[in-house]
Amino acid sequence: MNEYVIDVSITPREGLLDPQGKVVLNALRSLDFDEVADVKVGRLIRLRILAPNMEVARERADEMCRRLLANPVTEEYELELENIS
Amino acid sequence: MATANIPRKEPEITPELVAEHGLSEEEYQRIVEILGRAPTFTELGVFSALWSEHCGYKNSKPLLRLLPTEAPWVLQGPGENAGVIDIGDGFALAFKIESHNHPSAVEPYQGAATGVGGILRDVFTMGARPIAVLDSLRFGQPTSPRVRYLFSGAVRGAGDYGNCVGIPNIGGEVFFEEAYEGNPLVNVMALGLMRKEQLIRATASGPGNPILAVGARTGRDGIHGATFASEELSDESDAKRPQVQVGDPFTEKLLLEASLELIYSGHIVGIQDMGAAGLASSSSEMAARAGTGVDIDVALVPTREPDMTAYEILLSESQERMLVVAKAGHEDEVRKILEKWELEAAVIGRVTDDGIYRVRENGVVVCEIPGEPLVKGCPTYVREARESETIQALRAWDPYEAERARPLADPTAALRRLLASPNIASKAWVYNQFDSTVRGNTVQEPGGAAGVLRIEGTRRGVAATVDCNGRYVYLNPRRGAMIAVAEAARNLVCVGARPRAVTNNLNFGNPLKPEVYYQLREAVLGIAEACKRFETPVTGGNVSLYNESPSGAIYPTPVIGMVGILDDVARHVTLPFREPGNAIVLLGANTDELGGSEYLKVIHGRVGGDAPAVDLDAEKRLQELVLELADRELLASANDCSEGGLAVCIAECAVADRLKPLGVDVELSDALPTAALLFGEAQGRIVISCAEEHVEEVLRAADRHGVPAARIGTVGEPGGTFTIRTPEAEIRAPIAELAEIYHTAIPRIMDEPTTLAGGTGDA
Amino acid sequence: MRVAIVTFPGSNCDHDCYRAATEVLHADAKLIWHRERDLGNPDLVILPGGFSYGDYLRPGAIARFSPIMEEVVRYAKAGRPVLGICNGFHILCEAGLLPGALVRNRTLKFLGLDVFVRVENAGTMFTSAYTEGQVLRLPIAHGEGNYVADAATLEALEAEGRVVFRYVDANGEATDEANLNGSMRNIAGIINERGNVLGLMPHPERAVSALLGSTDGRGIFESILAAIQGTPLGAAIAG
Repeated sequence: MNEYVIDVSITPREGLLDPQGKVVLNALRSLDFDEVADVKVGRLIRLRILAPNMEVARERADEMCRRLLANPVTEEYELELENIS
Repeated sequence: MATANIPRKEPEITPELVAEHGLSEEEYQRIVEILGRAPTFTELGVFSALWSEHCGYKNSKPLLRLLPTEAPWVLQGPGENAGVIDIGDGFALAFKIESHNHPSAVEPYQGAATGVGGILRDVFTMGARPIAVLDSLRFGQPTSPRVRYLFSGAVRGAGDYGNCVGIPNIGGEVFFEEAYEGNPLVNVMALGLMRKEQLIRATASGPGNPILAVGARTGRDGIHGATFASEELSDESDAKRPQVQVGDPFTEKLLLEASLELIYSGHIVGIQDMGAAGLASSSSEMAARAGTGVDIDVALVPTREPDMTAYEILLSESQERMLVVAKAGHEDEVRKILEKWELEAAVIGRVTDDGIYRVRENGVVVCEIPGEPLVKGCPTYVREARESETIQALRAWDPYEAERARPLADPTAALRRLLASPNIASKAWVYNQFDSTVRGNTVQEPGGAAGVLRIEGTRRGVAATVDCNGRYVYLNPRRGAMIAVAEAARNLVCVGARPRAVTNNLNFGNPLKPEVYYQLREAVLGIAEACKRFETPVTGGNVSLYNESPSGAIYPTPVIGMVGILDDVARHVTLPFREPGNAIVLLGANTDELGGSEYLKVIHGRVGGDAPAVDLDAEKRLQELVLELADRELLASANDCSEGGLAVCIAECAVADRLKPLGVDVELSDALPTAALLFGEAQGRIVISCAEEHVEEVLRAADRHGVPAARIGTVGEPGGTFTIRTPEAEIRAPIAELAEIYHTAIPRIMDEPTTLAGGTGDA
Repeated sequence: MRVAIVTFPGSNCDHDCYRAATEVLHADAKLIWHRERDLGNPDLVILPGGFSYGDYLRPGAIARFSPIMEEVVRYAKAGRPVLGICNGFHILCEAGLLPGALVRNRTLKFLGLDVFVRVENAGTMFTSAYTEGQVLRLPIAHGEGNYVADAATLEALEAEGRVVFRYVDANGEATDEANLNGSMRNIAGIINERGNVLGLMPHPERAVSALLGSTDGRGIFESILAAIQGTPLGAAIAG
């Protein structure tokens, strides 16, 4: 078994209004960060799991996202895995 | 006990270390006397927390003794988690106010959130189910982005926490003054309801009984929060950020349900929040109340982080934790209830009969202090009191100097500006972020004179309000404090509730400064006098001192939380004018008072003159009159006359219902300067409206009670004109315009960008 | 009539629903702890409002996996009536019993105040006591009540009359201003295809007593009672 740290980044689905992102964008602009083109505010979930290999780890994490961690109606997710064993 | 037994190397006790713990040389000597030896580092920490202002009241106790605390209906006075009064039909009401000023100045969202959490725990640990909260908030001028960040964060924090736990917010007050810029005040009051026989006290009685730590795990957050809350804020306070506690309202809700189930089950003898100074104060206070001792082992306390020392575990202020003393042999039943609510619990020690506060770490004694002197032996001080000459001069200043220099030319414009002042304008921006109707008992939501709840299963209701005008107290501490009590009582009678009891939150500066101690002493004397006259004993409260920032001390702000009872809640009275054609009647007399007014501040930019005169006997007569009128169902509306004076009071009644503002036609004939007549803040006045056919009856009743009363006008049509004529001037404006000003002033200011608010604050 | 009200850890409107069921419906109401697996064959299941699991992760996301939810899903699929209010609406969406989702209010603030909603479909078992187009005054209390769904779902909801309540102004107009939380098409409440599962954000259970300001919520409970007992409207309700 290997130990993996998996970062699940969850963001609002493309095209969906993201009021938090809009507010942060405006705030950055008001601080003269004019180069900012877009902001999305989501959340990060960090998992530590045991799995025989990277592939299984990714598969399991993906299932967790589909069943619980993300809402497919409103959210998209990305996984980033690192073997820490 | 041999210090050689201590399992880890602890810092040596030096005079510097003692001073860092906020203890004086004299206090340290007292500790040595109590122990018969030098304290260990852990013991020094425990003493420092329990002898802080927050827990030990060392600068305020001699003054607090002056407050009236007894009445036949008081079931529990000061000294417990919360005060309790009998409200009839077998029910009791627990209530208390608490401050979270310093945490809110550093991290407003969490500061306010955990403030709500703490006061709820104080109420439900008495056996009462929390039924309402009220907020009393004071910040600098919202024109500053920093203030908007702090203010909006505190509102969101208090809201998110109370909303999640499911406790309706039924009222509050909000003031914006420069004096609170560097040191905002966040005070929260909670009310709880129980059957009288469900009342439980926070005692650790019965030697041999097991002591359990319940709820969240203990982390390093908030260590020495109690001492932190007893120091002035400096620029270094920002560096103290990690001490701020983080609230978890979900765990709080589970704790609430589990605690009430535990209390009603009869399996426990006592329960207390691990609040300020955490495990150290809760365990020692519970033992001291019962005259017992405790023997606990910190190694048994579930912790969030590894390698925490005894010192840290004892003094941690991690939130949502309770200390429970169970009945010996009932541990399994207790555990079963806690498991149902998915709460962690661990037996950490037992009650003993030797009166010693004994703490071990893996069996080795690290702290051994006689309990009684630890909890009750905090030295108390009567400090030097001297009134500041600056304030004396300010009070002696004649407000008409400003008025003569720039006389009131356009009273309609002045009214517009006052209605737009954030101290007067609608606070819906704040309370619309709160759930006011959860649990389905809210009869009057925020925005009226006071919040009103029905008591399920009875015809009764309870009403509550929080009040203080810090400007008055600043100008004249004794008078200002009396006014705070008088205003709270007026607000209660305006909804038809008889004032019953008080909880107070004394927010002051550094008491070691003679001019601050003078304010504290005078204010307490003022509260005492008014509470005696109104038969509203003080059943507890909170003292928050050292409210200063580099720019100076706050206005002295003794916030009064007052509760009242309605025998028949169906007869409650509301604030807005209701029917066109109703008569408007002023109860109380118009007198020449301009000092300390919002008018002087907004129109002339001055804070000065004396606070308005207050006649406690006249106030009491006014209260009795309004209660009689409410009881006889003669009132269509009632509103207390306060900041902004008579014109603002009448305007509030006319615009309060945003969907249906009503016109007003009022004529005032008093021979007073126009500014004082329209905008002066003379005390002892209530504006009511009633059906035309009841006017005679109202005036007769007023006469019988010895209260001056006059029919001053008539309620007009929806969307009509607001008119007040005086001998020398006239206010005239479309009511829709005044309503717009009143309802949009705060949103206009607050929806300006702030600095980026921290936290996501998801509801 | 028997009503089962499910209490999740963090539910805080269970008590309000209980009172509405007992006082308005004169029903035999029971609070069912979420870890139980038996609803006890009730005539109506209510998923109450509150903050189940603190709304951590997403409102309703964790509660939908509570043991009792298997039973609730089975009950709903059998065509029996389920009413989800506020957080209960979240749970119904998360559990797939209703389409779409509820995200953060566009104001980014919790909204706790009375709003107006219009009855869009008075032909359901939950709304027969109202008339179509009737405007109700009901309290809302939520931070995440902003209804979203994809275009196809929205079209289907509209076409099938499954948008049951819409946010409107005092005059009954579905304006953008009246749509405080930013819901798509001002949607405040929807029903499933079969017509037995209703979810709504406003709190009808807090609007059943004149003393507390509004009785406009009673109609939902009266409608359910009439549907279940087969009695004419009004006859079954005392007071």
